[in-house]
Amino acid sequence: MSDDHRPVDDDRELDDRRWLDEPRNVTRIVYGLAVLCALALLADFFYTKHPYFSVERWPAFYAVYGFVGSVTLVLTAKGLRRLLRRDEDYYEPSERDRDDE
Amino acid sequence: MTSSPALLLMLGAAGVPLLRGLPRRVLMLLLPVAGLVVLWLLPEGPGAGIALFGLELTPVRIDALSRLFATGFLVAALLTTIYALHLRDPLQQAVIPLYAGTAVGGALAGDLVTLFVFWELAGLSSAFLIWAGRTERSYRAGMRYLVAQLISGLLMLAGIALRIQAGEGLAFGYLGLNGPGDALILLAVGIKCAFPLLHAWLTDTYPEATVVGAVALSPFTTKLAVYVLARGFPGTDLLIWVGAAMTVFPIFYAVIENDLRRVLAYSMINQLGFMVAGVGVGGALGVNGASAHAVADMVFKSLLFMAMGAVLLRTGTTKGSELGGLYKSMPQTAALCMVGAASISAFPLFSAFATKSMIMEAVGQEHLTVVWLLLLFASAGVFHHAGIKIPYFAFFAHDRGHRVAEAPLNMRVAMTLAALICVGIGVAPNLLYELLPHPVDYVPYTAPHVINQLQLLLLASMAFTLLVRTGLYPPELRSVNLDADVVYRRVLPRGWHALSHAVTRLRRALGPPLRHRGRNLWSATTRPLRPEAELATPWSTHVMVWWAVFLLGTVLLLALL
Repeated sequence: MSDDHRPVDDDRELDDRRWLDEPRNVTRIVYGLAVLCALALLADFFYTKHPYFSVERWPAFYAVYGFVGSVTLVLTAKGLRRLLRRDEDYYEPSERDRDDE
Repeated sequence: MTSSPALLLMLGAAGVPLLRGLPRRVLMLLLPVAGLVVLWLLPEGPGAGIALFGLELTPVRIDALSRLFATGFLVAALLTTIYALHLRDPLQQAVIPLYAGTAVGGALAGDLVTLFVFWELAGLSSAFLIWAGRTERSYRAGMRYLVAQLISGLLMLAGIALRIQAGEGLAFGYLGLNGPGDALILLAVGIKCAFPLLHAWLTDTYPEATVVGAVALSPFTTKLAVYVLARGFPGTDLLIWVGAAMTVFPIFYAVIENDLRRVLAYSMINQLGFMVAGVGVGGALGVNGASAHAVADMVFKSLLFMAMGAVLLRTGTTKGSELGGLYKSMPQTAALCMVGAASISAFPLFSAFATKSMIMEAVGQEHLTVVWLLLLFASAGVFHHAGIKIPYFAFFAHDRGHRVAEAPLNMRVAMTLAALICVGIGVAPNLLYELLPHPVDYVPYTAPHVINQLQLLLLASMAFTLLVRTGLYPPELRSVNLDADVVYRRVLPRGWHALSHAVTRLRRALGPPLRHRGRNLWSATTRPLRPEAELATPWSTHVMVWWAVFLLGTVLLLALL
C-alpha cells in the first residue's frame, strides 16, 4: 500500500495516512466489487445447471437470493434490536467500571 | 491396557506446571504431537476392554469416524498450544492439554460410561479457562458455564442408566430415539451442541473467557457433541429442523451484537447448525459432510478467535464500537483474520467451500426445499457477520486511533498454521475426504458450484456495502441483547428475589395478628385446665358417689336392654 503524502486537515499523523483513508479509493473498491458482481451475473449464462430444486433454474437465483437475503437479514436484525437492546450493564456492572472502583 | 492418546495428554498436562520456561514449552508442544503419533499407530477396531464394577468398558475404539475427530482435536490442541506459548500462566497452559485430552478421550470412547466420564471431565477442566480471568465477573461466568456442563452430564448419566436398566447395554454405537433414555442422552448432547434455547451458556460465557481461553474453548466441547450426534443419532429427522433453526436464528443476533467474540460465538452456533442438519439428513454424504465441516470448523473458528484474541490482548477490548482501523497496526493479524473469514464464508479455495457444500448437497439430494433455502440464507448470513463484520469492524471501518503492536510472534505462527490448514483443505479437499468415515463420491469444484457460491457471496457483500454506505446498516452500539440467558441471569434471580420478598412481607403483615389470635385462642381453650379453673378444683365425695352410681346405672341399663 502506498502512503499518500498530501497535506490533510486531520489531527492524525501524516504517516498514518494510508491508501484506504482516501474516500476516493474506497469508492474505487466499491466499483471493483460492482464489476465482480456483474461478472458473476454474466457467468450465469456460461454453464449448464444441474439443479435439485426448481428455483435453481431461475436466472441468477443465487445472486438475487444472496442480495435479498442479506438486506432482509440486516433490516430485520435492526428492527429486532429495538426489542432486544439493553444497557451494557444490564446483567452486571461492566468490567471496566469494576476496575475503576 | 491399551495406550490412549487421551491419557497421554491428560497425564502430560500434570507435568506442565512443574516445569518453567523452555522445558515447559517443549512439553506443551510435544503432548499433542505425541498424541497424534500414538493415535495413528493404534490399530483399527475396539481396543482391549476392562471390567469395572461388572461393566465391560472399551476405553479406546479406533475407526474412521473416531480417528477423524480425534485428529481434528489434536491438531486444534497443537494450534491452541502454540497460541498460548507466550503466557506465564501455568493454570491455562496445563488446562489446554488436559481439556484437549478429554475431548480426544470422548471421541475414542467405545462405551457410554467412558464417554460420560470424558464428557464430564471436559466440562470441569474447561471451566478453568473462564476462571483464569481471575475477576469477579469471570468467576460468575465460569460458574454459569459449569452449571450448564454439569446439567448436561447428569442428563447423560440418567440416560445411560435407563439404557442399562432396559438391557440395552453400554455399547456406544447407533443410539436413535427409540429406546428408554435415548431422549435424555440427546438432550444432554443438545446442551453441549447449543440446540436452540439450550444455547445460551455458549454465547453467554465463551466471550468471558481469557484471550487464550476462548481459543481453547472453541474447538472441543461443541464438536465432541457433534461427534456424539454423528455416531449415535445419524438420520434422526428431528435434527434436520433443529439444525436449520440453529443456522438461522443466531445470524440475526450476530448482526446487532457489539462484542466481536460474542459474534463469533453466535456464528459458532450457526456452523454447528449445518453439522446438526447434516447428521439429521444422515446417510454417507450427510455424516461425511457433518464430520468434515466439524474438522474444518475446529480450525477456522480457532483462527477467528485467535485473531480476536490478539486484538483483545493488544487493545484491551473486542467491542466493535471501540475498534476500527487496526489494519494499520496489526496488518498480519488482519490478513490472517480475513483468511479465517473467507474460510467460514465458504469462498472457493477455502475450507468450508469443500465441507459445508457436502451438507448442502446432502440436503439437496433429499429434496428438502425449505431446509435448503434456510441453510442457503444462513450461508449468506454467516458471510455477513463472520465474513465481513468481524474483519470490517475490527480492522477497517472508522479508525479509532488504536496504535498498538502486532500480535506476539507465537500467536502469529499459530494463526499462520491455522490459515494454511484452511487453505490446504480448500485447495486439496481430497486430503480431508480420505479421512472421512464413508467413501467420498463428491466433487466440490464444479462450474455450477463455484459460480453459484461466488454469486451468493459477491451479491451478499454488495448488499453489505450498499447498506453501510447508505447508513442503513445498524451501527455498533455499546449494549447487550436479550437472549435465552435472560431466563437464568434475570428472570429466575428476579423471580426468586420477588418471591422471597413477598414471603417476608406476607410474614410481616400476617405474623403479628396471627400470633395474637393464636395466643388468645390458646389461653381461651386452656383456661378451664388452669389450677384455679373449675376442672382442677377437687370434687366432694358425694358428687363422686353420685357420678359413679349414674355411670354404673347406665351400664346396667344398657346391658339389660
